Amino acid sequence: MTLSHCLLLASALFAVGVYGILTRRQIVAVLLSIELMANAANLVFVSFSRFRPSMSGSGAQGQIFALFSLALTVAEVAVGLAIVILVYRAHGDTRIDLASEMKS
Amino acid sequence: MTASVGFGFMAACTLVSAIFVVRSKNLIRAALWLGATLLLTAALYAMLDASFLAGVQVLLYVGGISTLLIFGVMMTRKHEGLVVEAETVNVPRGVFAAGALFGGVAAAIKMTPELDSGVRPPVVTANDLGRGLLIDHVLAFEVVSLLLLVAIIGAVVIARKRDPGAEVPGFVRRPLAAKASSAKPVANEVSP
Repeated sequence: MTLSHCLLLASALFAVGVYGILTRRQIVAVLLSIELMANAANLVFVSFSRFRPSMSGSGAQGQIFALFSLALTVAEVAVGLAIVILVYRAHGDTRIDLASEMKS
Repeated sequence: MTASVGFGFMAACTLVSAIFVVRSKNLIRAALWLGATLLLTAALYAMLDASFLAGVQVLLYVGGISTLLIFGVMMTRKHEGLVVEAETVNVPRGVFAAGALFGGVAAAIKMTPELDSGVRPPVVTANDLGRGLLIDHVLAFEVVSLLLLVAIIGAVVIARKRDPGAEVPGFVRRPLAAKASSAKPVANEVSP
């Protein structure tokens, strides 16, 4: 278990998320893929904080940044689901090309 | 040796469940597979000596976001029953883009051998994290809490029902002209 193994795993997870975003048509499925990609980015932060010494400070910056990014993901999911519900109410379906006009 | 075997096993499980997230035909199953992926990532965090983050991941992601996403799936479906169809389009394009991205990043990682050298820093404890959050990065911490508040209020405002027919029962909005004229039609309006 080295840093490059962790980075390879994280980039594979990120690529799976990219595949999901490009091939899914439901907005909720695209949100799931975005979650996968955010998770992969968090994994990169944590593995760098484990394997590389930090330039300054207590050495906890990587995990602190991962915590901040976790909070940002929560905010993004809340707003994203609200938009999904709005699209569903306006069109009766949640295909992603319907989101080009959200005003009902 | 056992650590690397364990890491390989966990990495393979994580990758397989991530692929199930994007390939599953049933949207609810995809959301549950996402929960499995996040749980396995929490295990990876624990293997990387980030035990506090592993706990936060289980609480927040597996307990919170997965539940929220399953609610989102269930509230926005057209048909009754347990199966929510999730169609997949443009598979070759997706495979090409994801493969190119992974190939590029993996080549960059392989071409940087100094990634695996150097000394390992000491293990970060929850004590370090607390000090870092509330002493060194306290401004960012407060800004993030403000951002969460704004995002939650914004989500409520966006998703609120704006149906003009669903106002308070018994209340009839009087037109301005009727208020200026006689009181009789207004009384008729109020008691339908």
